[in-house]
Amino acid sequence: MFIEVGHFALILALMVALVQSIVPLVGAQRGSAAMMAVAKPAALVQLGLIATAFAALLHAFITSDFSVVGVYQNSHTTKPLIYKISGLWGNHEGSLVLWVSILAIFGASVAAFGGNLPPALKARALAVQGMIAVGFIAFILFTSNPFLRVLPTPEDGMGLNPQLQDPGLAIHPPMLYIGYVGFSMAFSFAVAALIEGRVDAAWARWVRPWTLAAWTFLTMGIGLGSWWAYYTVGWGGYWFWDPVENASFIPWLTGTALLHSAIVVEKREALKSWTILLSIVTFSLSLLGTFLVRSGVLTSVHAFASDPTRGVFILALLGLAIGGSFTLYAIRAPRMQGGGLFAPISREGGLLINNLLLSTAAATVLLGTLYPLITEVLSANKISVGAPYFNSVFLPLFIPLIILLGIGPRLAWKRGDLKGALDRLKIAAGAAVAVFAVVLLIQGVRLADLGGAAGIAMAAWLATATISEWFERVRLNRPGAWARIGNLPRAAHGMTVAHLGMAVLIAGVSASQAWKQESIQTMTPGQSVNIAGYTMTFEGVKDVQGPNYFAAQATFIAAKDGETIATMQPELRMYDQPKQQITFTNVRTTFTSDLIAILGEPQGETAWVTRFYYEPLVPFIWYGVLLMAVGGFVSLSDRRHRVGAPKRATAATAMPLPEAAAAE
Amino acid sequence: MTRKSRRLYFVLLGLLGLGAGTALVLTAFQDNIVFFRSPTEIAEGKVQPTQRFRIGGLVEEGSVVKQGENVSFAVTDMKHTVKVTYTGILPDLFREGQGIVAEGQINTAGVFVANEVLAKHDENYMPREVADALKKSGHWQEGEPLPKGITGGIAPVSTAPADQ
Repeated sequence: MFIEVGHFALILALMVALVQSIVPLVGAQRGSAAMMAVAKPAALVQLGLIATAFAALLHAFITSDFSVVGVYQNSHTTKPLIYKISGLWGNHEGSLVLWVSILAIFGASVAAFGGNLPPALKARALAVQGMIAVGFIAFILFTSNPFLRVLPTPEDGMGLNPQLQDPGLAIHPPMLYIGYVGFSMAFSFAVAALIEGRVDAAWARWVRPWTLAAWTFLTMGIGLGSWWAYYTVGWGGYWFWDPVENASFIPWLTGTALLHSAIVVEKREALKSWTILLSIVTFSLSLLGTFLVRSGVLTSVHAFASDPTRGVFILALLGLAIGGSFTLYAIRAPRMQGGGLFAPISREGGLLINNLLLSTAAATVLLGTLYPLITEVLSANKISVGAPYFNSVFLPLFIPLIILLGIGPRLAWKRGDLKGALDRLKIAAGAAVAVFAVVLLIQGVRLADLGGAAGIAMAAWLATATISEWFERVRLNRPGAWARIGNLPRAAHGMTVAHLGMAVLIAGVSASQAWKQESIQTMTPGQSVNIAGYTMTFEGVKDVQGPNYFAAQATFIAAKDGETIATMQPELRMYDQPKQQITFTNVRTTFTSDLIAILGEPQGETAWVTRFYYEPLVPFIWYGVLLMAVGGFVSLSDRRHRVGAPKRATAATAMPLPEAAAAE
Repeated sequence: MTRKSRRLYFVLLGLLGLGAGTALVLTAFQDNIVFFRSPTEIAEGKVQPTQRFRIGGLVEEGSVVKQGENVSFAVTDMKHTVKVTYTGILPDLFREGQGIVAEGQINTAGVFVANEVLAKHDENYMPREVADALKKSGHWQEGEPLPKGITGGIAPVSTAPADQ
């Protein structure tokens, strides 16, 4: 019963979305306040309907209603509750329902909290949101319906892929989707601005918080995915440059660029049409990312072949969204007057170089990701582009970015003082050199050590530059520093924290790339192995019964300098439903490094293949991601970023807006 | 600086970025592209011994020999077979009859020495390269049941939805 209500609610939501995408748009063109006013209730009702659909599906998953196809294929009665819930988005159909739910939340919050947006801009932006919703809801209803029933009702479900039964993976997709879908706000505002023919500082102020929120969640989503891949080990470590990982990383790169270029629009009214383009590109890449992952075009062309309707629908949707917005951009962007040019040595000049490097990096990653598809179509040659390609294109772009990241925030708007900035960066340069020397003294001077030391030196440069800039800004050594800290905009604190997070992350990545150790061997109980100063003693293997699996559990005693540090118990699990074997790793962290133990296959009576990893500074990667996310939230809490705060500066426009003028 | 010379400066900067990006991509592609070969192509002598490439196919039934952490097995596209050796713990989904992709080099004895074995796909799914290699060797067509010995199927569950 519930499920039919959900199905019906989703159909109604499609109707409402259709109304939302047409009526306010026509209203905005004609200047009809009544028609524009439709946008707000439409967006709110749409949220209500989609929430109903989501709740109905969630109910089916929680109560294990196997008469529903999605539940039957992805759930099982013996699964713990959290995985029954995450089973909802652990499959194609359900994940799309999650996608439109988040879209509806974003749309409704603009409707609810965007009270002081100019009515025409708000109406148009919500109409564009409506169009996106129409596309996705139609996609769900016509090709990927999760509300279908199976008759007769199966006794039990087929279970969720055991590899997906993991807390990290339960919350990773929602985070990632909030990020992807959040960029739709920048997209909708960009398209609305193109239709309106006006972009100004106020526009940037409205777009920035949405972009920042999306960026923060995308950062956390990518971080969680990376963390999960790392501790389950079987997926090539924390970053493998896998197409699926790249699909989320490319919008992150352009989103980061957008975050910074929108600041230039707000402060200097420059880079306008570039920022509009970035908004469109970032969301287009998010769409591409969703579909690359969901349709499996990259790992398998069969996703298209096996279900032609779905593939054609995806292509049509992508074509419409990307093609349509780019066409609009081509027609309208030349009409937008730029805010003029600016000095190369200035804050905005620095942000321009940031954008240049980030978007070049995004383009190279995109090219590498899609290249196997392109060559296969053009030459029938099958190739793969792996980590070596990405490392060799990404590092040369990333290193200058990090060096400039230390300098940029010290340059003033309009005209920066490069010499003065460099003078004050002597401490940071000194710190970098000192750290480089110390690391080499400790680790030695092989080639890998040089790379690792250089990476950590860069991290030291960025961290020192970022922290000292903050110190100078609040003049911590003079009286009244606390008041100055309080007076400094939250966005400035947020920037400091996020940039610091970047430094911490770089340190983690550099060290783990250079000094990771691994050891693989066959062990019998009582045997010991040394790795990175730790002695791992194998105690034996015992059988363990889990809620929905049966496992062989090994016990290792990790000791350092004769002192027991930890007992590690990795498992080799055999899940009941579906029958699948999973290696369950055990990670022991010292907060500066990790020790990982893995149990492999049995060899005869008592011997087992075992594997240990020593991962130096890897926890820093997670601290870095966390700091970046905290930085994002701190910036978001800035009063100036709240939806209510911004006011449009001038009413001189391509299209007269009486309401906007009245709001001044 | 005049407006014009500033504009020129930015255009040059943009071109520099574009040029650097292109140069990076081209050199990286030259060195780092890994080709995919089927056992048949290897048998036809299409690969040099020093070349790094990927091989894909099915793990031949009964071919897996494990000696501690060293594993050897045979990869087949049902026409030709290549022997593969690997040191390490195999992915969870690795088993006889399952499609896999391995990356490495072929040694002078004609044995493929893998640095990496990939089977990161769910059970219902066959790596694209493997499916294509099988199709090329004429042993499997789209939509057909899989060759004998393959666990899991390509087709999704065939439970007919009730209302459609």
